[in-house]
Amino acid sequence: MKHIIRQVFHSGKFVVGFCIFVTILLVVIIYPLFITDSPLAILGQGTFFPPGIYVSTFDSINSPTTYTLDLNDAAAVRIANKLSSDDRLAIKDWLLVAGIPEDQIDITDTKKLLDQWSSNYDPKKNIPGMTNAKRNYFVRLDNSLKGLLSAEGAIIATKNPETGILEQTGIVNQSDYVNINQVASVRWLPLGTDNFGRDVLNELVKATVVSLQIGFVAGIIATLIGLTLGLLAGYIGGIADDVIMFITNLFTVIPSFVLLILISFSIGQEQRGAFTIAVVIGFTSWVWTARAVRSQVVSLRNRDHVNLSKLSGHSIVHIILTDILPYIASYVIMALILQISSGILAEAGLSILGLGPRTTDVPTLGLMMNWAMIYQAQILGKWWAYFPVLLTIALITFSMNLMNTGLDQVFNPALRD
Amino acid sequence: MADEKKLCLSGSGITKVFGIGRQKTVAVDHVDFNFYEGEIISIVGESGSGKTTLAKMLLGLISSTEGDIYFLGQKRDISSQKKKQEYWKNIQAIFQDPFSSYNIFNKIDSVLLDCIHMRGGRKLPYAKKVELMSEACSFVNLKFEELTNKYPFELSGGQMQRLMIARIFLLKPKILLADEPTSMIDACSRATILDMLMQLRDETGMTLIFITHDIGLAYFVSDSVYIMEHGKFVESGTADEVILHPKEVYTQRLINDVPKIYEEWDLSTV
Repeated sequence: MKHIIRQVFHSGKFVVGFCIFVTILLVVIIYPLFITDSPLAILGQGTFFPPGIYVSTFDSINSPTTYTLDLNDAAAVRIANKLSSDDRLAIKDWLLVAGIPEDQIDITDTKKLLDQWSSNYDPKKNIPGMTNAKRNYFVRLDNSLKGLLSAEGAIIATKNPETGILEQTGIVNQSDYVNINQVASVRWLPLGTDNFGRDVLNELVKATVVSLQIGFVAGIIATLIGLTLGLLAGYIGGIADDVIMFITNLFTVIPSFVLLILISFSIGQEQRGAFTIAVVIGFTSWVWTARAVRSQVVSLRNRDHVNLSKLSGHSIVHIILTDILPYIASYVIMALILQISSGILAEAGLSILGLGPRTTDVPTLGLMMNWAMIYQAQILGKWWAYFPVLLTIALITFSMNLMNTGLDQVFNPALRD
Repeated sequence: MADEKKLCLSGSGITKVFGIGRQKTVAVDHVDFNFYEGEIISIVGESGSGKTTLAKMLLGLISSTEGDIYFLGQKRDISSQKKKQEYWKNIQAIFQDPFSSYNIFNKIDSVLLDCIHMRGGRKLPYAKKVELMSEACSFVNLKFEELTNKYPFELSGGQMQRLMIARIFLLKPKILLADEPTSMIDACSRATILDMLMQLRDETGMTLIFITHDIGLAYFVSDSVYIMEHGKFVESGTADEVILHPKEVYTQRLINDVPKIYEEWDLSTV
């Protein structure tokens, strides 16, 4: 046993797969210990906030100490942030239509460009061929450009509760800074928020846990059913073999995914918990394990050591457990790993179709994909809502298949390099 | 003489057919035999003549297509697992290939312990079990202290086959079926193993059914010889009758095929 384990860890492929898998496992175990927020808590009032550090504007204005930093490029950065090169080209287009000769327009000279813009822009002007979206874009651009070049600060005013009149309480100069560490409320959303306004990273960790659980339950159920039926059919033979193989062949011809869809649909949205889905997946994916185990057992049952065990007066159960099972154990472990990874994939497939676990309890990787798809994250370019999920699914199945290949190399010497 | 001897194992019309329809293979074809208690019987034939199939039927590991086997004068009944286990207390086997005869996951101790348990010694104190196992091992010139906690595949082929005899020593069955026990072993170990088998038979008085392709060996050890060709017994009788005065062409061929030292081997019959 010790020898086998040592040999397994000498296989490069297995080690790589194992490391990836253990890393994922450690992350999903350790992360919830530090971040105890509910994964389904809705934070954002809106959809798909991009990844980044969110600083409370109110707290930063009221920050106890403010710092004045004279940074040369601060003004340039501020202008560039509001007036991108695309905006400059758009302004040039407008000015050309307004009748200004091209040689008088210099899009690199910000001051002159803005002067020309403010004197020529007219929101009511109807340019032929301009779409409504473009018209709105120019209105937004015009609003954001107001006061862009002003060096004045912004005045903070609060309403006097007695008189109802705004009173100046402070001024924020352009060179004022706050230290992010001193702002009371800062929230880091490494993967932004999803369509419901939930923290995607928090949700992803929980979803990975649930999906792994679904995979394990489905894999163990499928392997147990396949193993039991395979052992019975292979060892007992005769009519038992015929009946079991008939059922197995029946399940082989019906695509298991279609079966999965039909069963999930008939269970109904409200009854479909994550565990139910796992059981359903397990009950539809045992077929190939049963077939493979049966063929292995058939070749094993006529070996001399099985005959000797029979002659030693052992019962059928004893023979199956000690003389058959250890010989196919390596195969069964490999089948189990494969079943777990295919269980995770099956759950993702089902959930994308909207037939996964009900959406109110727990997130799963498949459900996150489903939500991202329904809210068109892929069309809107909100990559953080689906890409990390894809990557997680890919990494889990990749690491498991890699471990499987590694085990195959160890247990099947013909495949060794 | 024959009247005094008690019938131990006999059969009439034993047939085994594998497959159905066109793929049908008749491995054993209507075979009759009478094995008497305490005899050494050899079943001789070339590869594929159905010796091993017959042996498995005698052991009850596979069922016969036709024919009945009688054990101690009564029709053998192995319809249930319990009856089979009872039958296997009386008949044991040594297989051809020692390397595949053992479960590679079980230690040698458990192989021998199984035998003690089968003889009803499950409740014996452990010290007594060790004593029995040591006795069995020393009978076959093995040291139990060296074998304990070892796996069968750590032994040599000869040692494994001797361990198999130690098993038989513990079980003391009425019939021992040795299916080419020495064909995978070198000549020196072969003599030792045959010697041990003979010694064991002399001590226990068991019936020894020897299955071999080596007619010289058969003549050397057995009381009666059955010659098997294509699933049929073509000739049978005492060793002297069959081998010194063979009637069948096939028997003569088998005898001529035995290589002899100092004599040119006649390959014309092959």
